[in-house]
Amino acid sequence: MKTNNPGRLLLIMLVVGWFAVLIMLPVYGIVQETVKSGLSLVVSSLNTPHARHAFLLTFWITIAAVIINTVFGIIIALVLVKQKFRGKLLIEGLLDLPFAVSPIVTGFMFIILFGPNGLIGSWFEGQGIKIIYALPGMIIATLFVTLPFVAREVMPVLREAGLEQEEAAYVLGASPWQAFWRVTLPSVKWGLIYGVTLTVARSIGEFGAVIVVSGNIINRTQTATLHIHQEFTDFNYAAAYSAALLLAILSFTLLITMQTLNRRTNES
Amino acid sequence: MTENILPRPKMRSGDALLRSASFGYIGLLIILPITVMIVRSLQGGLTALWADITLPQALFSLRLTIVTAFIMVLINIVTGTATAWVLVRYSFPGKQVMDALIDLPFAMPTIVAGIMLVALYGPRSVIGSFLQGHNIEVMFNTPGIILALLFVTFPFVVRAVQPVLIELDQDMEEAAKTLGASSATIFFRIVLPSLMPSILTGAALSFSRALGEFGSIIMVAGNIPFRTQVASVYIYGEIESYNPQGALGLSVVLLFFSFAILLLLNFIQYWNRRHEN
Repeated sequence: MKTNNPGRLLLIMLVVGWFAVLIMLPVYGIVQETVKSGLSLVVSSLNTPHARHAFLLTFWITIAAVIINTVFGIIIALVLVKQKFRGKLLIEGLLDLPFAVSPIVTGFMFIILFGPNGLIGSWFEGQGIKIIYALPGMIIATLFVTLPFVAREVMPVLREAGLEQEEAAYVLGASPWQAFWRVTLPSVKWGLIYGVTLTVARSIGEFGAVIVVSGNIINRTQTATLHIHQEFTDFNYAAAYSAALLLAILSFTLLITMQTLNRRTNES
Repeated sequence: MTENILPRPKMRSGDALLRSASFGYIGLLIILPITVMIVRSLQGGLTALWADITLPQALFSLRLTIVTAFIMVLINIVTGTATAWVLVRYSFPGKQVMDALIDLPFAMPTIVAGIMLVALYGPRSVIGSFLQGHNIEVMFNTPGIILALLFVTFPFVVRAVQPVLIELDQDMEEAAKTLGASSATIFFRIVLPSLMPSILTGAALSFSRALGEFGSIIMVAGNIPFRTQVASVYIYGEIESYNPQGALGLSVVLLFFSFAILLLLNFIQYWNRRHEN
């Protein structure tokens, strides 16, 4: 294969050019806009009570989503790979739904269900517990949008690992609990870490579903993404760009982590 | 052989517990909310639902959503396939970096994507003021929506086609070349047909994402009825103005599209597997 073929060279240039303009130029755009505001303004706009509260809220929601969806993601993967039952394909299909549903529709669904007049929400309202326009609703919405990641990443690894090692553990007298911690979990380690990384990235970045269920209350239910939106609509461009760049750097770090993990899984 | 040694009864109760846990979780988080929403939308009767969907403003936003998503998909099919081709078949400096950065739009929060595009093309930027001077409106107009969609969906087609292209046996291409076929003939008659299922998968995934996209569009195009208001933004507006009834119509339509695309994707996968065997 020659690389001096003019058609080939043209195609490479077109593809790289398109990628540079579509993806890399906007990244440059936000870096440049933030740099333009000056370091002191960037730091002071990220250090306001609103901004700090918003980033902290995103942090806690992400922690909650990761813990709950890791536990249930592993359980769902185990059930779908190791057990046989009717309607398995349907469950597998339903598992992918969160990827296909619009975040706004997601938020709206949870308002209907958990809102003050909703099927479940009205009961909680009677107990004095607010779900919608409060933290529980925001966690539930994040759980929905990140539900498939851990399960979907663990399933293929689990399938490939097979049953032999686990059965060997049973033969040697291990309890199911021991077999899980000593054999199953280590064998799906990389898939699990990859799934968790995707969950973290999506939790940090979720906007549509969270803005609908949160009611967007400053200093109460505003996450980092909602804070960026708020500053932007208030014409505080420097604050919006700084916070967005901070999230972009976080996402970029996660992306690099994912790439490294991916290479690791492919090699092992 | 291991049957007698395995602690069978204990296993089975554990299995049942795990199964109820997963069904319960999926049921509560996915099945119940969707069912309740569909039931709610049908409570007022089909005629009322249809009336909500066919309101001029709702219908306009739905049409804008589908048209912009469709244009994006057409562009992505060409650029995505070309990108995958270049990354798999050719070598050039910086290829590995580019390959790693393809997923950037998936990792970026959608609102950050929107902010980036505004920073680059907005009226305050160099490019933006140049475009404004030439009376080309990108922001708060249809091109802005398409641009945002292109950004957030860029990896879908590339990542769907790339692995298939890596696996593709090049013997047929070599044979065709020996027989004197031109590069174009080889691509369209031999390579493209084998890539078709993966291209379709990538296209369906990006179309699905585009129909529901909210964050980047609201930054780039805003919320102007009969101009830049797409379906998700319309639904958001109805919820914000305390009119859940009005939001239900388009929500159900979008939900219907999500189901349809998932079915299509499963069908492509099924068809693909059958063809391989």
